[in-house]
Amino acid sequence: MTNADSDNSREWAAQAYALLKKRQEEQKQELEKQEEQKQELEKQEEQKQELEKQEEQKQELEKQEEQKQSLNNSASSENIPEFANTLAEPELGEFDDNFTWSAMVLAAQGKKINQISLDEIDWLTKLRRGLEETRKGFVTELLDKLGDDPLTPESLDDLETLLIRADVGIDSTDKVISALRRKLNEEVVGGEAGIKFLKKELKFIIDKPITNSGTDILVPQKGKLNVWLLVGVNGVGKTTTLGKLAYLSSRSNYKTLIAAADTFRAAAVDQLKIWGERSNVDVISNQSKNADPAAVVFDAINSAKKRNVDLLLVDTAGRLQTKNNLMDELAKIKKIIDKKVPDAIIESLLVLDASQGQNGLKQAKSFAKSANLSGAIITKLDGTSRGGVSLAVSEEVNLPIRFIGAGEGIKDLRPFNSYEFVEALLADK
Amino acid sequence: MFDELSSRFEDAVKGLRGEAKISENNINDALNQVKRALLDADVSLSVVKEFISDVKDKAIGEEVVRGVNPGQKFIEVVNKELINIMGNENSPLKENENSPTVILMAGLQGAGKTTATGKLGLYLKEKEKKVLLVAADIYRPAAVEQLQTLGSQYDLEVFSAKEKNSKPEEIAKEALNYANENDFNSIIIDTAGRLQIDDSMMSEMVRIKEVSNPDEVLLVVDSMIGQEAADLTKSFHEKVGISGAILTKLDGDSRGGAALSIRKISGKPIKFIGVGEKIEALQPFHPERMASRILGMGDVLTLVEKAQKEVELADAEAMQKKLQEATFDFNDFVKQMRLIKRMGSLGGLIKLIPGMNKIDEGMIKDGEDQLKKIESMISSMTLEEKQKPEVLAAQPSRRQRIAQGSGYEAKDVDKVLADFQRMRGFMKQMSNGGMPGMGGMPGMGGMPGMGGMPGMGGMPGMGGMSSNKPMKKQKNNKKKKGFADL
Repeated sequence: MTNADSDNSREWAAQAYALLKKRQEEQKQELEKQEEQKQELEKQEEQKQELEKQEEQKQELEKQEEQKQSLNNSASSENIPEFANTLAEPELGEFDDNFTWSAMVLAAQGKKINQISLDEIDWLTKLRRGLEETRKGFVTELLDKLGDDPLTPESLDDLETLLIRADVGIDSTDKVISALRRKLNEEVVGGEAGIKFLKKELKFIIDKPITNSGTDILVPQKGKLNVWLLVGVNGVGKTTTLGKLAYLSSRSNYKTLIAAADTFRAAAVDQLKIWGERSNVDVISNQSKNADPAAVVFDAINSAKKRNVDLLLVDTAGRLQTKNNLMDELAKIKKIIDKKVPDAIIESLLVLDASQGQNGLKQAKSFAKSANLSGAIITKLDGTSRGGVSLAVSEEVNLPIRFIGAGEGIKDLRPFNSYEFVEALLADK
Repeated sequence: MFDELSSRFEDAVKGLRGEAKISENNINDALNQVKRALLDADVSLSVVKEFISDVKDKAIGEEVVRGVNPGQKFIEVVNKELINIMGNENSPLKENENSPTVILMAGLQGAGKTTATGKLGLYLKEKEKKVLLVAADIYRPAAVEQLQTLGSQYDLEVFSAKEKNSKPEEIAKEALNYANENDFNSIIIDTAGRLQIDDSMMSEMVRIKEVSNPDEVLLVVDSMIGQEAADLTKSFHEKVGISGAILTKLDGDSRGGAALSIRKISGKPIKFIGVGEKIEALQPFHPERMASRILGMGDVLTLVEKAQKEVELADAEAMQKKLQEATFDFNDFVKQMRLIKRMGSLGGLIKLIPGMNKIDEGMIKDGEDQLKKIESMISSMTLEEKQKPEVLAAQPSRRQRIAQGSGYEAKDVDKVLADFQRMRGFMKQMSNGGMPGMGGMPGMGGMPGMGGMPGMGGMPGMGGMSSNKPMKKQKNNKKKKGFADL
């Protein structure tokens, strides 16, 4: 982006920061002097005036942002009332690059300054974490080097490297880079525009299955039993993700129940119970050793029906996709659900670890066959890994990505937002 | 495990066939294929680049010896270089002669540290060591319970925090004292998974290392890992200092390119590979075998080792005799079948056989299903029937009873019996006549105990595998003879 532009963004971010800080201070005061309601009211009026003032400033800025928004058609994750994030506010950190970047991403999504929450900043900061060490300023450096010159074949190689290192995979990388190369042959493309084009291509790939599915954001349907089955290979974070989902769901007032169908891994049930306690969700399990997972699911469905549960979350044992007998077991679980509650809404979600490489694609293909996948969840995006293989998964298996997890905290799971994901994949500052 | 990579290499050298000399011109396409294959195998980009340039330097100008085409020469160069990167030989664990050997496990979340800790404990126990497992993962819910469960499965003592809120380094220190007092030979410390960019967790690792003064710091890496492998290895090596690595989950279909990256980046060897959930599934890492696998040469050595470990020599001789005399009965069959099971999955074994690595998973599964079916039929037999399969051939009512008892149809039983007779004949001929038609499987001859393995050659259960070319011919021939015998 041009210098003027980035200055504006920075100013914008600074405003957002000031507002957030102010809001946080206000909250503090609120707690301290709860009895003084009069003052409180005054303050609210003040706040209103303040917001109106900022509204005006904002409108000016918005014009400048319009071009940025052009590549941001439907990314806004704003309308997710069902999955409102609550719980204690995260701390407001320093006004640093992380904050600026997060604010910029939000701004580009069309958020107003006064709509930005600390949760969002905190989340985006986590997504961006890890970039510092390995790819700091990769894109910025590239743009600096280019100056106002158009993209060169060498810079295309650099972009290719960037994508490969993000585990996008050689085939998908080739595809987007050749698209860019074709564009270069037709017209002169500047660095900024080139990267914008790249992001658009990436976003298009990843949005396609989501659009195909007809549901932008996955939430349980009220009035029916929703069964979400979490499947995946060993060690990708199924149990942790399930714990976070249980929290998200019960916080959003869905009556939730967990089925501990990982009867194989030592102590998996204990782990799940701890998660269940944290979010106040009951866990149905079978104490006997090597119990049949299908039997656990059977029991869980019975109690779910009895208790009028909205969402039943099923944890399954990790299995390598090459183990046919375990994959069959998964099909059996699926069959039981289909049989017991034919009108249930079943989501089979593949949990993919962001640090995985190209094997993730094979996993998606195999699990799609035996577990009839309807979506994917990417975990561990708080590390240096970018989870680029999900592009191949989107493209070749047509799997919509539903959630992303970044961090070990109970709140560190969010509905998927392709805009945020691509920004983090190519974080440019 | 590296079968796909192998097929890519094959494609790569196709372009080189018929050329007299490897040159700048004819090598580029092949190199590009190699590069793509390596990237597809999740070898880290920096390592790939270095590898490619090394191979190029070494390959160009190689005179091609008469009878050896440039493609073969190229493969040889690639193979050598692969072995070169992964280290020239298997490096064993260090041992401390004066005090207990301390092994520290480190790695990302979900790499398989706890499982590897248990397996390594068992491995050492088999080497007559008194092993203590230490549960120092205080973060993940139920991590301690997981290790304790593994410990009780493998009959290994597990040390965990006596008080709540103990720090990992305190636990490690207490465990060390405990081990010293109780004459343990080996201590394996399982730690929490951590991101290499998490500074506070990394410095905790450093503290654990300081108090425990380990002989080995093993980085546990999931073989499915992507480009991250390079950064991960680099960070852990720079910040903590590792002495080697364990590559886990190689029983899946990951290509395990991380093996190359880890070695190249840290200079430290991969000491073990994890290949399955079964107890004996931790194997020493052999670079030359891994390289052979990459190049599609199969891994006969591992197969031999596996077989030797499971087969008592005396047993093998007895079995050999039975085969020669064609007195091999259903009891022996079950014995052999169990033996295969102990060695791991049928699929895992078959993949070790050269030329068999492209076999379809479905076929292997069919074979395994078939074996299960036979086992249930044998369970429905009387002792006499097991020892003298001939009586079954004579009396249809017995076959009918077995069919009912095992839940199959009479014709299924008939077929299994026919196959069994056929196999007997085949085995007899094989042991007398030195394996006719088995030329396609080097290394199969003279292997103790392998001759009688029902999983190989004329195994009745493996009907589904008959599409494999070298075996097909053999089978068809045998079929005629076998039926005539019955």
